[in-house]
Amino acid sequence: MSDNMKEKLEQILEEATQKIQESDALERLNDVRVNFLGKKGVLTGVLKSMKDVAKEDRPMVGQMVNETRAKIEAHLEETKARLEAALREARMAEEEIDVTLPARRREIGHRHPNTIALEEVERIFVGMGYEVVEGPEIEYDEYNFEKLNIPANHPAKDEQDTFYINKEIVLRTQTSPVQARVMEQGKMPIRMIAPGRVFRSDEVDATHSPSFHQIEGLVVDKNITFADLKGTLEEFARELFGENTRTKFRPHHFPFTEPSAEMDVSCFKCGGRGCRFCKGEGWIEILGCGMVHPHVFEMCGIDPEQYTGFAFGVGLERIALLKYEIDDMRLLYENDYRFLKQF
Amino acid sequence: MNTSLSWIKKYVPDLDVTPREYVDAMTLSGTKAEGYVKLDADLDRIVVGQIQKIEKHPDAEKLVVCQVDVGERVVQIVTGAPNVAEGQKVPVVLDGGRVAGNHDGKMTPGGVKIKKGKLRGVESEGMMCSIEELGSNRDMYPESPEYGIYVFQEDVAVGESAVKALGLDDIVVEYEITSNRVDCYSVIGIAREAAATFDKPFHPPVVAKTGNNEDVHDYIRVTVEDTELCPRYCARVVKNVKIGPSPKWMQRCLASVGIRPINNLVDITNYVMEEYGQPMHAYDLATISDRHIIVKRASDGDTFVTLDGQERKLDHDVLMINDGEKAVGLAGIMGGENSMITDDVRDVLFEAACFDGTNIRLSAKRVGLRTEASGKFEKGLDPNNAEEAINRACQLMEELGAGEVVGGMVDVYPEVRKETRVAFEPDKINALLGTELSDEEMIGYLKRVELVPDRDTGEIIVPTFRQDIQRTADVAEEVARFFGYDNIPATLPSGAATAGKISFAERIERLARDVMEYEGFSQGYCYSFESPKVYDKLLLPGDAPEREAIRIANPLGEDFSIMRTLSLNGILTSLAANYNHRNKSAKLYEIGNIYLPKELPLKELPEERKILTLGMYDAGDFFDMKGSVENFLRKAGMKGHLEYDGQAGKSFLHPGRQAKISYGGTVIGFLGEIHPVVADNYDLGARTYVAVIDIPAILEYCTFDRKYTGVAKFPAVMRDLSMVVPKKIRIGEIERMISQRGGKLLEEVRLFDVYEGSQIEAGCKSVAFSITFRAADRTLSEADITGVMKKILNGLESMGIVLRQ
Repeated sequence: MSDNMKEKLEQILEEATQKIQESDALERLNDVRVNFLGKKGVLTGVLKSMKDVAKEDRPMVGQMVNETRAKIEAHLEETKARLEAALREARMAEEEIDVTLPARRREIGHRHPNTIALEEVERIFVGMGYEVVEGPEIEYDEYNFEKLNIPANHPAKDEQDTFYINKEIVLRTQTSPVQARVMEQGKMPIRMIAPGRVFRSDEVDATHSPSFHQIEGLVVDKNITFADLKGTLEEFARELFGENTRTKFRPHHFPFTEPSAEMDVSCFKCGGRGCRFCKGEGWIEILGCGMVHPHVFEMCGIDPEQYTGFAFGVGLERIALLKYEIDDMRLLYENDYRFLKQF
Repeated sequence: MNTSLSWIKKYVPDLDVTPREYVDAMTLSGTKAEGYVKLDADLDRIVVGQIQKIEKHPDAEKLVVCQVDVGERVVQIVTGAPNVAEGQKVPVVLDGGRVAGNHDGKMTPGGVKIKKGKLRGVESEGMMCSIEELGSNRDMYPESPEYGIYVFQEDVAVGESAVKALGLDDIVVEYEITSNRVDCYSVIGIAREAAATFDKPFHPPVVAKTGNNEDVHDYIRVTVEDTELCPRYCARVVKNVKIGPSPKWMQRCLASVGIRPINNLVDITNYVMEEYGQPMHAYDLATISDRHIIVKRASDGDTFVTLDGQERKLDHDVLMINDGEKAVGLAGIMGGENSMITDDVRDVLFEAACFDGTNIRLSAKRVGLRTEASGKFEKGLDPNNAEEAINRACQLMEELGAGEVVGGMVDVYPEVRKETRVAFEPDKINALLGTELSDEEMIGYLKRVELVPDRDTGEIIVPTFRQDIQRTADVAEEVARFFGYDNIPATLPSGAATAGKISFAERIERLARDVMEYEGFSQGYCYSFESPKVYDKLLLPGDAPEREAIRIANPLGEDFSIMRTLSLNGILTSLAANYNHRNKSAKLYEIGNIYLPKELPLKELPEERKILTLGMYDAGDFFDMKGSVENFLRKAGMKGHLEYDGQAGKSFLHPGRQAKISYGGTVIGFLGEIHPVVADNYDLGARTYVAVIDIPAILEYCTFDRKYTGVAKFPAVMRDLSMVVPKKIRIGEIERMISQRGGKLLEEVRLFDVYEGSQIEAGCKSVAFSITFRAADRTLSEADITGVMKKILNGLESMGIVLRQ
């Protein structure tokens, strides 16, 4: 009996295996499952006929049926996986796209070159422990001039340079008054930069604008030296214009610093060999700086015997024009998208 | 300030440097050379030639054939010049040489190469040159003929360099002199710096005593009524003046710095002005009434005719030179027509004075006459320079045989300026510079510029021409200049570390920039000042508070005359520029100040408010703009209810498409579509949307703090509500009703459809919301939902809203 049964089961397995192999689609595979393993399936039929099997043979037959079932199921699973994989491959093959078609982009706006340059400068100095502060754009004459050692009747106060609201109030001509405001607060040590808008009575042309921007820097502490000024600004120049940038300090004059200097950087276009960009000089003038004038300290209530400091002022537009090779300052205020989108 | 290098070398004879070395070193020691011009840059192979023989050209009537001795040989040159004659010595450019330009004065950059060739069939080997071809002109070389070849008048050697003979083997350096270095507005001052820079001996002119046995006081009397405006007045007299040309060396010096030689008298005053930086004036003594000079202020309303024939209006602050009867000069600015030197002058009065710099500057401006002299005086000259300069002028008069100098000098100098002293503090200097220089090193540098130590007192003696040196910091700069800024080490500040930081407001601004850029807006920079006409363009009523703007007293013109109280004009102007440049669409933002006066006229500083302004055309509508604004505010941590009031009251916006934006009861800005009339006023042919956010107003609500509240654990229940709503009811009102009635269980109300049309009864719109309910602590029951929905429906019903079935 059991041999008979065994034969039958082997036959079922063989038949099922063949049907499974012949199945070339998932639906057919499912038909096979139903035919053999379903409620009315062949194997289920065998189980149903168990009652005809001798009692003592039943466990063995049951085991044989289960084994057969397991084998068929394994076959089914394996084939299913194979068929599914084939199907997926076929679908993906069909789904191939031309990746060189243009991207679908939302238009993203552009930051103004001034701001890009400003954020660069801020990043460098904040990294060196400086605080970014602001001061008023409409300023007292006292802060814009007097406290910076520019007394009444000084040529720098001429109306041809300065916009006046009245005798006491001006549109600040420099960001330097922020120096005086911060020093007056008397919180030591000071390490600050003050970016902002300034005004000069210049007609608009390719290199002038009645309104532009400066970044003022001020460090006040005990034992600050001119060497510190040099080291700090050299570091700044290398960060801003590249590791190989060289600097040159030339004596200059500003009423509120002494000694004073102007700093040139080696032309970042030609590396200092001289090109059209640097007018053959190899150097580009970048900023003015110096040691805070003792009289400025005195006027701001700081003892120049105890403290020394350095200050510097950078023209933001100058940096933006140089760094991004913009040849006309008017572009910065026209806000033409064809210009802005390049940044 | 310009000087030729050869003039500097007169006082620093040991100076032996290339032009490049010279300008580089001078710049590094503080006398910034802006650049230099090599006068013979385009001149090559030009020698002195002597014309031996002139013959007619066989085939050309206007040409002649010359045999010219150029030293080692004789060359044949064909020329059309009208002024050639046998025996003349002339500049000759040899075959292969170069000249600077044409005889009509037109320069050719790089020069013009001269090659031998045939002129109408006759060999010509080189060219005889006019002064223009040599790159100069008759102003500088007045002896040149109007047309034709330059002919040497002095004895020059044949075959020698003609460039050298003409003094063109020189460079002219242009310096940028800083306002503190008044002494360097002179050749001597720059020469002193050059000597110090190259550590070479400095030989200023030696001014010998001049004058006959007479006493100048018998010729002229000087009274200075205002010694504050005229601290010193020196006068000398030269008799029996013989006007004639000045010598070539003086002409060449003047020519090299661009001053046209005129005659010996004028040239000497100009020469001394350049040499010493001291302007001088010469009067015809015969025109001075009473032989009396009176220096005093003019009276308001006076007029005066200056040398140039112009009548000038005067006031009480203008200092005048008068004689016994009348004004003869505008002190420090220009002499008068009435005392002008003419060719038949006999006796000359020289004036070298010191005037108050500020007064001269302001007077020159008011009178409208800025001259070479006033430009020097306004810097504030050293009164001790006046004496040296006038004596130098008299010395030159004598040396050149231009007249007989009368002995003595009238000198009104009530308060003699003396040298000053500054403590010599080497330790402080080293501490300030970050150097370790010895006392002797420092003294060595200081001595180069005549700052001499007094070892007994430990002081530095400062000559009067260095008024800029007042404290140790100034001395430190002198040391640093000659030690070399380049030699000072580069260190970083020692001392306590500080934390770098940016303010909260600045962080919010940066966020605004980031969000707006991702929203597609590009950043613009707009002017702070604008025209008052802007208010009319924006249709602001006559009494609008925005019209209360700060006026600039001296604006660049009406268009830049007031400080903006409203940020819109900048962005609209920029959008219009984009529109007119045919940019298809534009989205711009600006962050900048507006200026709100507390009272006018301004007594204290105005309030400066930072404003975020957005503007766009053909890049979306009102709701796109609204979305951009909300994205920023949400990112800035403003998570609460934003109130939009359609009655924003903005004249420049479309009356039906504007909203005032409030948050937490504070108005924080507005947005809307630009009024069509305003759009026309700006030539904007597209619908334009703007939004304005007042940054200070939002700061108190902004935060970078975030708190995690957990993700929902229990399922949400959604209900869609479709309703018919009277048109006048705004969506915001319905939302608010649903929110209020929905209470704690309500998670979200989302509008998903608004429809007006044929299927809806007139005066109504169809509106559909999707409502989400959720409880944090349980799964909602059917009863929960029914209860809350009933409340919502009742609420809607009370508004006259009918649910659609």
